[in-house]
Amino acid sequence: MFEPIILKNINVPDSFKIETYLNNGGYQAFKKALKLNTDTIIQMVKDSGLRGRGGAGFSTGLKWSFIPKDPTIPKYLCCNADEGEPGTYKDRAIIEKDPHQLIEGMAIACYAIGAANAYIYIRGEFALGADRLEDAIREAYSKGYLGKNILGSNFSLNIYVHRGAGAYICGEETALLESLEGRRALPRIKPPFPAQVGLFGKPTVINNVETLACVPHIINRGASWFASIGPAKSPGPKLFGVSGHVNKPGLYELPMGTPLREIIYTYAGGIKGDRRLKAVIPGGVSAPMLIEKDLDTPMDFDSLAAKGTMLGSGAVVVMDERTCIVKAALIIHEFFHHESCGKCTPCREGLDWIVKVMRRVEHGEGKEGDIDLLLKLCGDVFGRTFCPLGDGAVMALRGAINNFKEEFEYHVKNKRCMVNGAGR
Amino acid sequence: MLSEGAVKEINELTGKYANSRSVVMPALYVVQREYGYITEEGMREVANILGLRPIQVFEIATFYTMYNKKPVGKYHIQVCTNISCSLLGAEYIVDVLSKKLGIKVKETTPDKKFTLSAVECLGSCGTAPMMQINDNYYEDLTEEKIEEILKSFR
Ligand SMILES: Cc1cc2nc3c(=O)[nH]c(=O)nc-3n(C[C@H](O)[C@H](O)[C@H](O)COP(=O)(O)O)c2cc1C
Ligand code: SF4
Ligand code: FES
Repeated sequence: MFEPIILKNINVPDSFKIETYLNNGGYQAFKKALKLNTDTIIQMVKDSGLRGRGGAGFSTGLKWSFIPKDPTIPKYLCCNADEGEPGTYKDRAIIEKDPHQLIEGMAIACYAIGAANAYIYIRGEFALGADRLEDAIREAYSKGYLGKNILGSNFSLNIYVHRGAGAYICGEETALLESLEGRRALPRIKPPFPAQVGLFGKPTVINNVETLACVPHIINRGASWFASIGPAKSPGPKLFGVSGHVNKPGLYELPMGTPLREIIYTYAGGIKGDRRLKAVIPGGVSAPMLIEKDLDTPMDFDSLAAKGTMLGSGAVVVMDERTCIVKAALIIHEFFHHESCGKCTPCREGLDWIVKVMRRVEHGEGKEGDIDLLLKLCGDVFGRTFCPLGDGAVMALRGAINNFKEEFEYHVKNKRCMVNGAGR
Repeated sequence: MLSEGAVKEINELTGKYANSRSVVMPALYVVQREYGYITEEGMREVANILGLRPIQVFEIATFYTMYNKKPVGKYHIQVCTNISCSLLGAEYIVDVLSKKLGIKVKETTPDKKFTLSAVECLGSCGTAPMMQINDNYYEDLTEEKIEEILKSFR
């Protein structure tokens, strides 16, 4: 059994209070970090092999190292707590149950990059999470872990909570910055990258909640300890949120690289009613679905990329044999269509055409050639969009069609589902 | 008009950010709390307080879905109908609510007590199917559970 690291305090009573956190060794890593050289910390995070848990898997230490060293330039850290990828509910658990772990990770990150101000961009629906964070920040100030001259050092830090208001695109890091600056969340062109021109035009690091929650453990237990967990190129503990047709849906913390089969059958208790697995989304709905023969794939960034899908947020959505894939694909596509920010034409118009064709296929009004038309439309969108949302949408749809073309064709030909339908 | 307390709250928010435009989002939450929804008057007041053009406030209110541009019921029921919830019967949950409340999705009961909405993933997929009523999450829903929850609001 893997000893939880990130979730170790999750079931402790009052886990969200600073006393509980301190009693379990909390803020020791921050104290230790304040005595280290900032370059040493960045090197440690690099050596740990930590890669961003928000989806892209970029080296966290490397990202921090891009921030200019000039102490006269203000810098920012933004914690991405927008968690909106369908199937994903890991960051919310950290925020609600162990907010100080996040705050400590942020404090260390800010110290390392020289930021005196940080924001947590939390999705608007997480009202309890926002309250927990506000309370935790207040506690941290009162114990001297935030504010001016922290613990007698010359490092000062303010952390603020900013609530989103319902828009998935705010999870994209440059859209998040636009939103924080009080504008519509339309992604920015890159370059310049946020490390040069970020929030309020200043150098900025954007990191996911789970990424930042790993940081105190790396400082406490060392880079080589972290790097020894899971595959060498994609190490560390990882939160897998399992949902759908399994006996024990829930959040499982396991070493990166745990095979998908083990997650579904050993941890999540297998498929409900001993039915057969039909398809599984390995990393939130942007990640193309896999099928039974792929179940031995190790769940890490590189192994999943080699399978043409991605680790994304680590959200595992399991669908049993009764699931209508056409309907599942439509639900996912409706989501992307709804959340397209409208800035670029291929995504705005392309997803709109796709959704129209998908709806008629699902509702038994499909025409001959519709499936090829869908694939053509996917090709018109892919690689032509301003941000990865559009690409994610068509990759998800292509994944469904490629694995289950017969089922899509059946819908068109017979005006109904090939399966009798799950969903109760 | 916004209350004195609300105006003060908005003014104080400016201390959090390097620019006053950033205050628009939190200020709109204040407006929503004060008026029950986002009114044109409220948006103009925010623009005034922050020294912005009204369009700079309107464009935010219309972009983000959590700002209600129309009044909603006292209890806003939002059912997640995204993938994980749908796999476990979200449609059925919507039907049950719809029948019990006598309204369709996007409608409000005549007594203005309940509004029913279908929404995207709320980040609670491991406890699907689920819904949010105002700020609170209700998870692992069944027909019996819904019955109980509604009873507690009647
Ligand atoms: C459409 C879209 C939505 C995203 N949503 C999120 C999100 O909800 N949370 C998150 O941390 N990253 C999200 N990302 C990834 C961020 O852009 C960014 O890569 C990440 O926050 C960086 O942090 P990390 O390096 O710690 O992973 C999203 C990206 C895209 C394109
Ligand atoms: S790809 Fe879609 S979400 Fe991204 S910028 Fe273009 S329209 Fe907006
Ligand atoms: S899919 Fe319903 S809460 Fe995520």
